[in-house]
Amino acid sequence: MRYEAVIGLETHVELATKSKIFCSCGGHSAKGEPNTRVCPACAGMPGMLPVTNKRVVELAMRAGLLLNCQISRYTTFDKKSYYYPDLPCSYQITQWFHPICREGSVEVTTKDGARTIGIKQIHMEEDAGKLVHDDWTETTLVDFNRTSVPLIEIVSKPDFRTADEVMAYLEKLKTMFRFANISECEEGAMRCDVNISIRPEGSEELGVRTEIKNMSSLSSIRRAIQYETARHLDAVERGTETLVQETRRWDDVKGRTFSMRNKETAADYRYFPDPNLMPILIGDDWLRRVKDEMPASVEEKTAEYQSKGLSAKEIASLTAERVLCDLFDALISSGREPKEAASWILTECGGILRKHGQVMGELDIAPEKLSRIMEKVSGNEINRAAGRKVLEAVLYEGADPDEYCEAHDLSAQGDADAVRQVVLKVLDNTPAAVRDYLGGKKKAFQALFGGCMKELKGNGDPQVIRALLEEELAKRS
Amino acid sequence: MGQFVTEIRPGGAIAVDDTIQVKGYETKAGSRILEGFQPLFGAEAVERLEKAGYEIAGKTAVGEFGLDLLGEFSHSGATLGASGGLRGAAAELAAAGTVKGALCADLNGAPRRAAALSGVGFVKPTYGTVSRYGLIPCACSGEQIGVMAKSAGDMRGLLEAVAGHDPKDGTSLPTESYDYADGKAVSEMRVGVVKELTDAASDGARAKVQAQADALRGLGVAVGEVSLPLADAARTAWNILLCAETCNNLSRYDGVKFGYRSPDYRNIDELYVNSRTEGFNFLTKAVILYGSDVLSKGRYFACYDKALKVRRLVWEQSKALFENYDALLCPACGKTEYQPYDIKEAFGAVFAESFYTAIPNLTGFPSVVCGGVQLIGDALQDGRLLNLAEALEGGAAK
Ligand SMILES: [Zn+2]
Repeated sequence: MRYEAVIGLETHVELATKSKIFCSCGGHSAKGEPNTRVCPACAGMPGMLPVTNKRVVELAMRAGLLLNCQISRYTTFDKKSYYYPDLPCSYQITQWFHPICREGSVEVTTKDGARTIGIKQIHMEEDAGKLVHDDWTETTLVDFNRTSVPLIEIVSKPDFRTADEVMAYLEKLKTMFRFANISECEEGAMRCDVNISIRPEGSEELGVRTEIKNMSSLSSIRRAIQYETARHLDAVERGTETLVQETRRWDDVKGRTFSMRNKETAADYRYFPDPNLMPILIGDDWLRRVKDEMPASVEEKTAEYQSKGLSAKEIASLTAERVLCDLFDALISSGREPKEAASWILTECGGILRKHGQVMGELDIAPEKLSRIMEKVSGNEINRAAGRKVLEAVLYEGADPDEYCEAHDLSAQGDADAVRQVVLKVLDNTPAAVRDYLGGKKKAFQALFGGCMKELKGNGDPQVIRALLEEELAKRS
Repeated sequence: MGQFVTEIRPGGAIAVDDTIQVKGYETKAGSRILEGFQPLFGAEAVERLEKAGYEIAGKTAVGEFGLDLLGEFSHSGATLGASGGLRGAAAELAAAGTVKGALCADLNGAPRRAAALSGVGFVKPTYGTVSRYGLIPCACSGEQIGVMAKSAGDMRGLLEAVAGHDPKDGTSLPTESYDYADGKAVSEMRVGVVKELTDAASDGARAKVQAQADALRGLGVAVGEVSLPLADAARTAWNILLCAETCNNLSRYDGVKFGYRSPDYRNIDELYVNSRTEGFNFLTKAVILYGSDVLSKGRYFACYDKALKVRRLVWEQSKALFENYDALLCPACGKTEYQPYDIKEAFGAVFAESFYTAIPNLTGFPSVVCGGVQLIGDALQDGRLLNLAEALEGGAAK
């Protein structure tokens, strides 16, 4: 008999907001020294009341729109109770009765073709803190930096059949969410619980279902699914064990899942509506505004850039990161030429970032500054090599392009007359090398070229120098 | 006389009950579980009082988390009157003139009962008008900080000082400040005596209601009798919501981060269980157990969800009465004297007494206690109730 896997996913995604979900502490708070991103509210001190961060609601709506969901017009926050030291109030504020989005879908493509995965719901919730075990003192310490960081949980329908589909889905969510500024989707900012069962192909009945909790790396998720599917098959086909409905944990080192055997599966979370948070009513105006503010998708950007004459490679590189698209668009609207803009972002900025061990997604430059550098180069105020030098100073020293050129006397470098003066000076000062060159020792050219570069303190455009040298040497032959 | 958390500072004007945080004062809400807890910030209501020029006199004892009748089961000790009967600490001080007034949290009627017994005034304002920021939370959907004072004029002044929108409280209504002077003349008002609540009270408590009804008639008020058939259901519903929300809010006291931690534990489960077992009193534990039950799977829809529906119905039934009446008149408590009793009886005793006080907590409607009785009004009609209280004071003086 042939079996198929039935897989469902619960994916937690950390939202890219400036502040936490119910207090004004900064978001992305997993970073920083332990317990430095915490206030009385997210530490669970009595007397503090939660106040909803509107941005969280908007980003959740945005995610719902991207996943073709129905956006609820009435949505509420509920409390989920359980005791764990990383949960300061011993309850988590989440959405149980009226989640913000329902009934969506997303298409995933694997080598076997495209399939549609149903989305059951998306809800908002706060994250918990982190426990850190200190082996030295054999104590467990609590770090509350992450408590109340906003999350959305995307609950899929059990529509996946293979690990490949799960991978394609997660990659797609990652790209979509990053591109729409919903989440930075950094390492650990996307965590999954995976539900798995198997059944004879064509059967409608579901087998015994197990859940593997809290995995964040794609390779772990793939391996865990493969392992767990095989375990279910062995149990069903060969009777290696009796499957029970339970929660399991993936051990990445041992490469297998383990029963968690804790109270969690039997826990009663005592959900009830949070009386401190009024139901949120989403009216037409608000929904329209969120739709209007939705950043263009990768597909829309690709079409737009094609019409501007960019190559497929350039388009792929720019649309890999929302920040690059934003920068490109800003350069275009300040009058820069598309091909040039793409080249400055991808070649020049990219080269400098690589040199400093950074990746394109980390590019952070004021568009006006880059635009100004491009203007100076295209207007022959400075040459391209000098432009690169200014760009590096702007990126890593926060320099201003005009001031930098002024201070480093770069403005003259693009002027061929000034370079010609230098060339003439070098030729006059090294008559031996000139004689050698004219006498057929072509190697002497390198010495003359080096002399010019030295005189120009490395700021000269090599092509210009070379051309002028050849021109002036020809005059003396 | 009563025992107080902190000595009342001479010359101080306003006492604050121990469920409301005041910076610089230990705040333990009458519970061992919060022993030594120093709040990081003061309650919004307290800050507003100070900004308005009032001086904080000190803190007064409350029953653990304000859950009992009259502060009888407090880690700070009960407050007894000269006759040995129970007296709320704040009401006792206000009655004696030691303080001009007090801020008290009302979650199940304790300050209203105390005010009625001591013959002082108390206003439980409309829900959402006074910020709950800095109030040790129990029953968030219905608890409010109210003001206690001898005269209606003082209550009005204090309430104007503390009420108004606070962005730190998500349930705070948007109005920036309130003017509690109501234009309607008392002689044009109609007051309905609530039959169910009045009939159930003791002879003494009923006599007070009759006397005030007569006094109102003497002031030209049209007084009639009204019926609120859902009064009993309102009491049950409020106790379900109160226990559930309190159970949830008290779950933060786990011995891990602040407050009392049992010295006796070997692992995290024992730390939780022992700290909470030793930190809470019997009544609080009963509330937690009951609350935990009504929220459990399979019970939620039969209890908690039904209580939310009853809340809506009681609100509608009361609202219909407010179409024709400016205020409802009823007892604030069933008796005129309460003696100390065993804590094992507390849950039942509070449930019984909350019959008289539950409606304003459940619906958010304002309530004013004066002359030993209670007046309940429509939402945001706190000023009109204070007008009636003022008229009754004047009438009594004549
Ligand atoms: Zn915070």
